[in-house]
Amino acid sequence: MRWAVLQFPASNCDQDAFHVLKNVLAQDVEYVWHKDSSLSGADAIVVPGGFSYGDYLRCGAIARFSPIMSAVKEAAAAGKTVLGICNGFQILCETGLLPGVLVRNTSLHFRCETIPVRVENPASRFTSDYLTGQVLHLPIAHGEGHYVADEATLDSLFQHKQVLFTYSDAQGRNTPGANPNGSQRHIAGICNRAGNVLGLMPHPERASEKILGSADGLGLFTSILASHGVPQAQAA
Amino acid sequence: MIRAQVIVRPRASIFDPQGDAVGRAIQHLGVSKLKQAHVGKFIELELEGDDVEAVRGQLETICKDLLSNPVIEDYVLTINGKEDLTGLAASAAKLAKRSPKAKKEKA
Repeated sequence: MRWAVLQFPASNCDQDAFHVLKNVLAQDVEYVWHKDSSLSGADAIVVPGGFSYGDYLRCGAIARFSPIMSAVKEAAAAGKTVLGICNGFQILCETGLLPGVLVRNTSLHFRCETIPVRVENPASRFTSDYLTGQVLHLPIAHGEGHYVADEATLDSLFQHKQVLFTYSDAQGRNTPGANPNGSQRHIAGICNRAGNVLGLMPHPERASEKILGSADGLGLFTSILASHGVPQAQAA
Repeated sequence: MIRAQVIVRPRASIFDPQGDAVGRAIQHLGVSKLKQAHVGKFIELELEGDDVEAVRGQLETICKDLLSNPVIEDYVLTINGKEDLTGLAASAAKLAKRSPKAKKEKA
């Protein structure tokens, strides 16, 4: 299985994602510069976290016009796996590959901490190695992670089981206090209707090795591998 | 030269934490009558030439596809000092003009 990790000016989680794929999961992975126009036939694309273009205008608004995003749109339409993490989620929303938008945290604070995240739907190519209601401990680091969409879109997301992750407390309850950015309905990560494009604010790539405090994020990558028919032994 | 000015504002239905924080700061200044503050963006564009009609469509596209995100924001486009009332800007401008007084007169 071939992976592409995109790099925009001011991406800063590209190397974390590359490291997990290459060194933890022994995957065939390449960086792809945002000005490139080809993904070289990658089966899965990671749009990493960071502050592409300095978050000018709106987070992800300018990265959306990078030449490589045309190839990402084509790959998404062809059913390839697209994973947007943090700023990558913002870029996928601005690109229109995912509905809604991420705005300033209600608290106005930049939140950088490890928090509980509940798995809402394990029947996806991103979550098959998790259980319904499983609580993961994943890091967040963002100032604009407040997910916003109109009510009809939110209803539709839940109805079609596109909400894969929500913010919860350690017991898996969506309490008002367990929402680090004010996201509507505690949304932490959503996929498109087809199920091949995921965007999430928490960082699974920063929680894929026990030595770094949590390996709860690794299941997201192994789920993707399983969905592409890569045996777990090879992945490990 | 054509000068275009764009005001991008958060939609009324979307909570605007920046506006809220600014509003609270204004109240700390002792201005008790403030009802609400909204924080948006002002963008100025300078274009070559004088033919406004030739660039109007492109300016609308810039506003719609880049400068604002219709999920959370409205925009008002002004070209050479004159508010552009075509396309999406029209509804935004209409909204802006719907003051409480105007509503009363209509009723």
